[in-house]
Amino acid sequence: MTFELQNTSLGYPGHIVLKDVNYSVSTGEIVCVLGKNGAGKTTLFRTLLGVLKPISGKILLDGKDIEKWNRKHFAQKVAYIPQARSLPFPYTVKEVVLFGRTSRLSVFSSPGKKDELIADECLDMLNIRYLGNRIFTQLSGGEQQMVIIARALAQQPAFLIMDEPTSSLDFGNQIKIIRQVNDLKNNSLGIIMATHSPDHAFMCDANVAVVHNGTVWNTGHANDIVTEEMLKEIYGVKVRVKNLGNNPDCHRKVCIPMV
Amino acid sequence: MNGLNKKNTEQKKLKNNLALHMNLPKSSNILIITGLTILLGTTVIISLCVGRYPLSVNKLFSYIFTGQYSDESLPTVLLNVRLPRIIGAIVVGGALSVAGASYQGLFRNPMVSPDILGVSSGAGFGASLAIMLSLPIIGIQITAFTFGLLAVFLALLVGRIVGKNHDKILMLVLAGMVTGAIFNALISLMKYLADSDTKLPDITFWLMGSLAGIDMDELKVVVPVVLLGVVPLFLLGWRMNVLSFGEDEARTLGINTTRLRIIIIACASLITASVVCISGLIGWVGLIIPHFSRFLVGPDHKVMLPTAFLSGSIFMLIVDNVARSASSLEIPLGILISLIGAPLFLIFLAKSSKKSW
Repeated sequence: MTFELQNTSLGYPGHIVLKDVNYSVSTGEIVCVLGKNGAGKTTLFRTLLGVLKPISGKILLDGKDIEKWNRKHFAQKVAYIPQARSLPFPYTVKEVVLFGRTSRLSVFSSPGKKDELIADECLDMLNIRYLGNRIFTQLSGGEQQMVIIARALAQQPAFLIMDEPTSSLDFGNQIKIIRQVNDLKNNSLGIIMATHSPDHAFMCDANVAVVHNGTVWNTGHANDIVTEEMLKEIYGVKVRVKNLGNNPDCHRKVCIPMV
Repeated sequence: MNGLNKKNTEQKKLKNNLALHMNLPKSSNILIITGLTILLGTTVIISLCVGRYPLSVNKLFSYIFTGQYSDESLPTVLLNVRLPRIIGAIVVGGALSVAGASYQGLFRNPMVSPDILGVSSGAGFGASLAIMLSLPIIGIQITAFTFGLLAVFLALLVGRIVGKNHDKILMLVLAGMVTGAIFNALISLMKYLADSDTKLPDITFWLMGSLAGIDMDELKVVVPVVLLGVVPLFLLGWRMNVLSFGEDEARTLGINTTRLRIIIIACASLITASVVCISGLIGWVGLIIPHFSRFLVGPDHKVMLPTAFLSGSIFMLIVDNVARSASSLEIPLGILISLIGAPLFLIFLAKSSKKSW
């Protein structure tokens, strides 16, 4: 299945944020969306989620314009993982994960045994079954983010859209989330992830879409796209990109900012 | 490395076991709802007995089951005076609580009460206007009901026009505040213009709220209308939960938020307007009872809304019993509820903040 932008311009009425975007993501692929603050990553995501209408052009999910999908069917294909956030009411973790089943229920019904099993499976998949009865609002940021990922998995989607899933997480939790993202790719999910750390693109062996100067400026595999020149251009700072060489534990490139 | 992993899994197992013990089974909620239903039944029986014409439970039961009574006035007192007032208290307390809980869920804020969109102010103005025009009671009720809904409609309209590109929920709350303020000003205007010997006391009394005047004919209209609003809210309980995450996120979870929001507002406003028009303005219930219910059964609206209805009914019945029998002069219900409700609210707040929200 593919998620595709065709000549899409997006933004708000009277204010185009990104122009003429052409890009396509398939299931089983990770795309890291890089770009500085205010470059338009969030606008791009809100448009992909159908919350914001594109100004021109089309967005196709499985070949069909997303404006023609109803919310219920769309949610069965595309799940959203926002940044960790607060909730006004003290729901338990299990309840929060069950909310992911909403798109699979009819209007007046609530989750049944089958949905509970799926919710438990999703918690197991992330090794957080033990959090099930805790109050969501009392968890740490890292735990909350894991629960929100579990909720997204409970939707049983084809694509995951993650808006800076590691922001406000400590170093260890960031790495755990990235590891999880890699596992999910192997489950043939398509993942679109905004991130502020170009290293994440290397860690996920991902494709990269760079949002810059009012468009999707550059696309391709991380090894080709995330270069010293590109980082200098979009973030305005000097960064060395080094290959770690033949170290068997971590065979990948790293970014070293010059301070 | 292996040792560390082992330790981790052991810790997780331990936590798992702890979690199992903490797990309150779903059946405890059913137990609480059953308990509240029984409590409501008991309160109804007590309410039939207390009052300026006290009645023993024995006499009540012998009248109910055998139809026999010694005192001529007993059937009148029970059927024409107490029963309508009891049903009225159940409906008013339950409806206000469910409306308050639904608005709180919709606006993702536990500090919201049923008059957030101006229903009460609108209804208050409608009633004052009708009293000024010397309309009969039925006229006052219809005008109150109409203006209550009109106020909400205005708030929705203003929110829609002003809130095009803004946070819709926030704009709706602000629009509700504005329409509420306008109708409150109009209420003051009515009071200012009212004849201070005849009309002003009527207006003031209406605004204080009371269940004294409710009769069966009114209930025959109000009860079905309240059911019409309450039943869809009960059924939509699960979806209301999902709104807690906010508009965008609820949509990505598969909910048509615009439609759901309209349905919730329509139902909650309908039930508020229809009870306010027979009871006058009664505050606090719609704010504290949802807190109490969340404290009792948790935040899942599917369970919490029925719990709120039952607890609101019981609370209103008890307070109204005090209002009509504590002293020889009836204490206005609105005043009594504020006196009891405000401290109660503080207690719930202190208790529930430990449970985190």
